[in-house]
Amino acid sequence: MIRTIEDLYNLHEDYKEAMNREKMKILVCAGTGCVSSGSLEVYEALKEIVQEKELFVDIDLMEGGREGVNVSPSGCHGFCEMGPIVRIEPQGYFYVRVSEIDAPEIVEKTVENNEVVERLLYRNPETGEIYRTEESMPFYGKQKRLVLEHCGKINPENIKEYIALGGYQALAEAFEMTPEEVCQVVLKAKLRGRGGGGFPAGIKWDSVRKEHAGQKYVVCNGDEGDPGAFMDRSIMEGDPHRVIEGMIIAGYASGATKGYIYVRAEYPLAVKRLQKAIQQAREFGLLGENILDSGFDFDIKISKGAGAFVCGEGSALTASIEGNRGMPRTRPPRTVQKGLFQKPTVLNNVETFANVPLIILYGADNYLKIGTKDSPGTKAFALTGNIVNTGLIEVPMGTTLREVIYEIGGGIPQGKKLKAVQIGGPSGGCLTSEHLDLPMDFDSLDSAGAMIGSGGLVVMDEDTCMVEVARFFMDFTQKESCGKCVPCREGTKKILEILEKIIAGDATMEDIKLLEELAETVKDGSLCGLGKTASNPVLTTLRYFRDEYIAHVKDKKCPAGVCQAFKTYYIDPEVCKGCSKCVRVCPNNAISGEIKKPFSIDAEKCIKCGACVSVCPFNAVKEG
Amino acid sequence: MAAKQDFKRSFQRVNEIIEAHGRNPVELISILQEVQEEYRYLPEEILNYIATAMRISPSKVFGVATFYENFSLEPKGKYVVKVCDGTACHVRKSTALLNALKKKLELKEGQETTQDLMFTLETVSCFGACGLAPVMVINDEVYGKVTPEKAEKIIDEIIKEEGGRGNDQDH
Repeated sequence: MIRTIEDLYNLHEDYKEAMNREKMKILVCAGTGCVSSGSLEVYEALKEIVQEKELFVDIDLMEGGREGVNVSPSGCHGFCEMGPIVRIEPQGYFYVRVSEIDAPEIVEKTVENNEVVERLLYRNPETGEIYRTEESMPFYGKQKRLVLEHCGKINPENIKEYIALGGYQALAEAFEMTPEEVCQVVLKAKLRGRGGGGFPAGIKWDSVRKEHAGQKYVVCNGDEGDPGAFMDRSIMEGDPHRVIEGMIIAGYASGATKGYIYVRAEYPLAVKRLQKAIQQAREFGLLGENILDSGFDFDIKISKGAGAFVCGEGSALTASIEGNRGMPRTRPPRTVQKGLFQKPTVLNNVETFANVPLIILYGADNYLKIGTKDSPGTKAFALTGNIVNTGLIEVPMGTTLREVIYEIGGGIPQGKKLKAVQIGGPSGGCLTSEHLDLPMDFDSLDSAGAMIGSGGLVVMDEDTCMVEVARFFMDFTQKESCGKCVPCREGTKKILEILEKIIAGDATMEDIKLLEELAETVKDGSLCGLGKTASNPVLTTLRYFRDEYIAHVKDKKCPAGVCQAFKTYYIDPEVCKGCSKCVRVCPNNAISGEIKKPFSIDAEKCIKCGACVSVCPFNAVKEG
Repeated sequence: MAAKQDFKRSFQRVNEIIEAHGRNPVELISILQEVQEEYRYLPEEILNYIATAMRISPSKVFGVATFYENFSLEPKGKYVVKVCDGTACHVRKSTALLNALKKKLELKEGQETTQDLMFTLETVSCFGACGLAPVMVINDEVYGKVTPEKAEKIIDEIIKEEGGRGNDQDH
């Protein structure tokens, strides 16, 4: 139990000393990605061997002051594709695709003889270069991991490790200030909401602080619904105490004593880790009454979402916590005046809260040195799609798209060309190769018609059909529209219908006109962020790839060769040996010919299913 | 007879869940989540029962239950197979995976649950495990980089564990 600030610093010293006795630390990633690749088995195997050899120590085994080796689960390293990942400290060796059968070799070579296991090191698939340590890999070297500093380095299920690394000291420092001063620091640091809006967090906090109400709330938005985004999941899973600490500070600054974390149901591991972290924080006296003898009370509850994308919107989210249908409401009154249960509420997202301890400890002036003038700090992005290194990254605000895609992401696989980057999920927009040198911060992206959104970056190569991409996103928003505003509910449906018509080759130029008109109407006539931005994918693809739309409509062609309706199949008579395998699989009897002579496809009958392509042993069936 | 007994037990369990949440209407979503965990879906009788027990209107309970995608008013299979169709999975061919599973589970167009109530096939928008695309989740187990062949094998293993399907046609 930590009763005073002095207790916290004393415990910090004890735990730090205990951690220093870990002469080596084997960190096995236990994020969702690596767990599904079998990392828990790797962890068990390594731990068993280290225990057998009587080398095992951890922070809970303080007595005796024995030195040894710790084997610990860790949060996400962000390099999920290469999981299970094992990191060895202090050397920094970074082993990828580790399986439990590798455990004896790791212990024998690395633990006992301080040698690296070459075959487990990461090898760049494009260049063949091998990297020994995490820091030497371009994927990590170009990043600036501040918010994610602990992810992959500590055991997220043990509060002691967080305290050993200086955890909850930002809270202690905040308690030395008045609530108003804390708001001023956050305001001065220009911390902007990382959930997409970019609204200054300090203004929100200070507004709530000034409200007179019996009860105020702090709500953490962990409803990371954008497909292709997993920054918040990684933070909640990998460093849950950081989010909790940020929330307590927000509570102190604004005068709120109750906190809620709204986590989407698709993140069971995040829920589990947060629950455990909250439990431990309570046991240590860091949540509850009179925290660190400051006279301030604060506690946190987890609210689990039930599968509605719109709940990522502030007022829909609070409605959902209240046990209602998660439908947005008209504003004003704003959340800071009447939010959760009609009370003043500070509502920020996970990454925003995770920035808070950093700002308090570093000071606003130092924080302002990172990133750009109006968007200081870093931003976490989830880099996915047609990219060599899929993963979670953190870079200073203002880093260009080129650096992210080509230096950190390793470029497009198979030397293909970049076509577009979808940023900010279904509400965002797309950027093209002409934007490669655009600095990524709130305002620059806004001026390019896109938005930072929550930070999903989906990279698309030259083989992607942009009309199909627009259809994909519209299909998503159409399903997720809550139905309150007619333009959004009906408009998104109609937009989707038109896009499907274009893809099927049945559209006219009139349809494109109507599409643009509808897109504008949905944007203007909807209440919440979901509706207002629902047509963004259509509007931006029309802006940058209009020729592709026209090719579908006028020339009846899909330039990327994706859309089924425009495909034609023919048999190359030079290659065909007349084996008749294709005839047997054709569901519509469209192929005919004589055995041992070239066959042919009747274009009228062909339903373009492609069955003949996959069955031909000579690759004689061509797409054209 | 067995079914009748089930129902008796179910109301008792529902009561326990409601009590554990202090009959608080604010907790409605959590209550429905726990009830669904127990019965794999939300039977209409139980929705009515919850409304009466908590003194809120059935339309409110029904409204909440139908708003959120995770709630199902139809019985679900013992194994809920969720195929991710988020952006990252989509560009890595999750559609082919979904089609293969539909075929494997012999599901007709629009049908989500198998006749024997063993499997339910759904799509979800994103699990946030994009590094492993395409992703499939069965109950709480996450499977990454799933090919259609791998998915079929996983289903076969479950069927084997369950001692074969009720109406085993393959013999």
